[in-house]
Amino acid sequence: MSLLHLAVLSPFLLALIVPVLYKLFRQIHTGWFVLLLPILLFSYFSRFIPLTKQGDVIRERADWIPSLGIHIDFYVDGLGLLFALLITGIGCLVIFYSIFYLSKEKEKLNQFYVFLLLFMGAMLGVVLSDNLIVLYSFWEFTSLSSFLLIGYWNERERSRYGAQKSLLITVLGGLCLLGGIILLSVMGNTFSIRELIAQSGQLMDQALFTPALLLVLLGAFTKSAQFPFHIWLPDAMEAPTPVSAYLHSATMVKAGIYLVARLSPVFAESGTWLWLVSLTGLITLFWGSFSAIKQTDLKGILAFSTVSQLGLIMSLLGLGAAALHYDSMGENIYLAATVAAVFHLINHATFKGSLFMVAGIIDHETGTRDIKRLGGLMQVMPITFTVAIIGAFSMAGLPPFNGFLSKEMFLASMVNVLELDIFNLDTWGMLFPVIAWVASVFTFIYSMIVVLKPFTGKLQLSLLERKPHEAPIGMLVSPIILASLVVIFGLFPNLLSTSIIKPAVAGIQPGFALDDFPVHIAIWHGFTPELWMTIGIIAVGLILYLFFQKRQKPLLLLPDHLSLNAVYDASLRELERSSSFVMKWLMTGSLRTYLLSIFSFFIVSLGFTIYWKNAFALDTGHFAPVGFYELLLAIVIVVAAIAILFAKSRLTSIIILGAAGYAISLFFVLLRAPDLALTQLVIETISVSLFLLCFFHLPLMASRKEERMSFKLNNAVISIGVGVIVTLIALSAHSNKLFDSISSYYLENAYKEAGGKNVVNVILVDFRGLDTMFEISVLSIAALGIFAMIKLRLTRRKAKS
Amino acid sequence: MELLLAIVIGILFMSATYLMLSKSILRIIIGTGLLSHGAHLLILTMGGLKAGSVPLLSDEAASYVDPLPQALILTAIVISFGVTSFLLVLAYRAYQELGTDDMEEMRGTKTNE
Repeated sequence: MSLLHLAVLSPFLLALIVPVLYKLFRQIHTGWFVLLLPILLFSYFSRFIPLTKQGDVIRERADWIPSLGIHIDFYVDGLGLLFALLITGIGCLVIFYSIFYLSKEKEKLNQFYVFLLLFMGAMLGVVLSDNLIVLYSFWEFTSLSSFLLIGYWNERERSRYGAQKSLLITVLGGLCLLGGIILLSVMGNTFSIRELIAQSGQLMDQALFTPALLLVLLGAFTKSAQFPFHIWLPDAMEAPTPVSAYLHSATMVKAGIYLVARLSPVFAESGTWLWLVSLTGLITLFWGSFSAIKQTDLKGILAFSTVSQLGLIMSLLGLGAAALHYDSMGENIYLAATVAAVFHLINHATFKGSLFMVAGIIDHETGTRDIKRLGGLMQVMPITFTVAIIGAFSMAGLPPFNGFLSKEMFLASMVNVLELDIFNLDTWGMLFPVIAWVASVFTFIYSMIVVLKPFTGKLQLSLLERKPHEAPIGMLVSPIILASLVVIFGLFPNLLSTSIIKPAVAGIQPGFALDDFPVHIAIWHGFTPELWMTIGIIAVGLILYLFFQKRQKPLLLLPDHLSLNAVYDASLRELERSSSFVMKWLMTGSLRTYLLSIFSFFIVSLGFTIYWKNAFALDTGHFAPVGFYELLLAIVIVVAAIAILFAKSRLTSIIILGAAGYAISLFFVLLRAPDLALTQLVIETISVSLFLLCFFHLPLMASRKEERMSFKLNNAVISIGVGVIVTLIALSAHSNKLFDSISSYYLENAYKEAGGKNVVNVILVDFRGLDTMFEISVLSIAALGIFAMIKLRLTRRKAKS
Repeated sequence: MELLLAIVIGILFMSATYLMLSKSILRIIIGTGLLSHGAHLLILTMGGLKAGSVPLLSDEAASYVDPLPQALILTAIVISFGVTSFLLVLAYRAYQELGTDDMEEMRGTKTNE
């Protein structure tokens, strides 16, 4: 346990106290208390910047399950630190914003901040864990807290739908990730990420490598809303806007990006990885940006734009893997892709965070987010408009904002693909810059929609729910800070390059020395292809934007029943239908059906195992001789067991059962078990009297008609099967001795340790005394149940109804 | 001896299963009773039979039979008694409330209706 452990745990600890604070200080907005923690954490993590800048790492270990190699290892390197700073930094701004966004009178603030803190802690855990099992636990925790936050307004049907959808998809991916982690640990014999990276060369040749790669990527793609798993993100917009700004733009969806980046050194050597990551990213980029322009809800546009931007970062990470195949080159141009990915990650958090907050402000002040009803807000909300225009222009990739820089780097990386000659990229590589360019045009268009539709044009007050005015200053602080970061990073990009970006890139590409990374970022870099591409994007984008303006309905609408959402809904319905069908088929409510299936399963599974494992063995060598009395008793028991089947009256059955019981107690005498014989005699006597009491001495029961059991063939077959299997098991259990018995221990120690000569008694009351105590508790529970059943009379309420 | 017992156990299990598959609740309870007898003998047989004298420590005996199965069975006898008596009272009360001891007729009935 170290300070680092405490830092990651602190959100969870605070989450415990928040409800108390909420109850005690109803007058103060709970957010103020919560705000202190991310500020503290942010400053704590900032201290590590000088360390990671030199390439140092911080490791702290606490044991969790050491016997399985599971330790809570926290590991701060450049990559982890970048995410930790994003989580805590954006966390501060979002919580500050939420204080003004969520009213302390109307909202369940205690729940909201508990969920948010849980999320923050889980997210820190994901990005700082070195142990994959710990990482996975935190990973699922982020899914869970995200579910709670999306469903925060749980009285809304859409919120519940969105929450369920995100949970189903991300947890499904989480399970795949767990599978991948287990495969990795099977191959590398460790759960530690760094140890896996150290042996990445050997892992490649193993048969499990590709399955592990696919499963890990499934986990990352579902979390980061990559095509075709992106469908949960737009529905997650039902969450309160601070949550969307935090989880669904800056942090949680980037957990998948983090995972891909973190495990790049393990997998990146393989062509499957390069192709899969970069192509999925590109498709997502294209599909997200294309879908965004069809949306009319402001948050819907931002959701799809997030999907598309995540795709952009993903594709860059995929292409960065190409650097591994060209390590002999002096200036490795493919490393630039990784640099661009990290830089864009930061930029996206800043401009998308501010845009989400702007959308929240518009929603808060006008009561709608529908761009068809909004317009002309520029006059009433000038500050918000300024923030929006900075965010949107950065997203569109316009100078001098930070989005321009990373967009140029992205386009440059895509152009560089043309020079690749590995994994068939020389034939298909042309696709990359083309898709990237088209997607960028769409990106430009939706960025313009986001800022121009609500703020320019005519203000139609009649369409709005309330009269808009500028937001309170508290709500504006956070977006203004983010917008200024957009400008600062745009003008002075090298503020970040050596302190943050370089160490983070080193975490993704550990094979290269720190000085190899081309992190020098400049606004003006000559008339390069990427600059011409940007100019083309702006020109074509503007024309298309004006064209779309004219047409009310966007062209190229996919029919609803063909969309991925329809597939999701249909499969959910089908799942429900088939599971209820199976339930109805299995759970008939008839005891006989249940027993039939249990017994059939018993016969089939055990019979098959005996046959398959060749387990049946008959060792007649150790058989004890059969005496006359034993034979006699055995005949009595067999006759009784068969006669009971043909007994007509209840009384006869009970007496036969008693006879069998007494015969067995005599058997115990012969088999040298005097204690058993005594107990069995007593118990048998009581049982028979109880049976008689219940079924004979009650006139009500005795008057019932009695008849012989009718013969049923399938019952007989099942019964004979059970009998045969048990006989086989009895014989082979006697003949196969796999382990030495522990009985000799009791025989040797009964007198020495417990001072008793009756070994059976000593076992029961001394060695296994606790078991006997529980046995007595079972008997008392049964006795209580019996007492309750006799005393409790269910009153019939017919008179009332 | 073991072979003989194994067959006895098999027959006990067979009858028990057949009884438990019937409709009458009394037969089901009798079936569970027979089943526990079978299970007790099964545990005893697994441990080996008559391989020594009674497990009461003394100076004369050279070896003892396995005490562990006996301890297990002792527990099992008591528990199965608890289960049987619980089931008996349950059946009796169910009969009082519902007027039947047929499992098929009991199915899905609610006393409060």
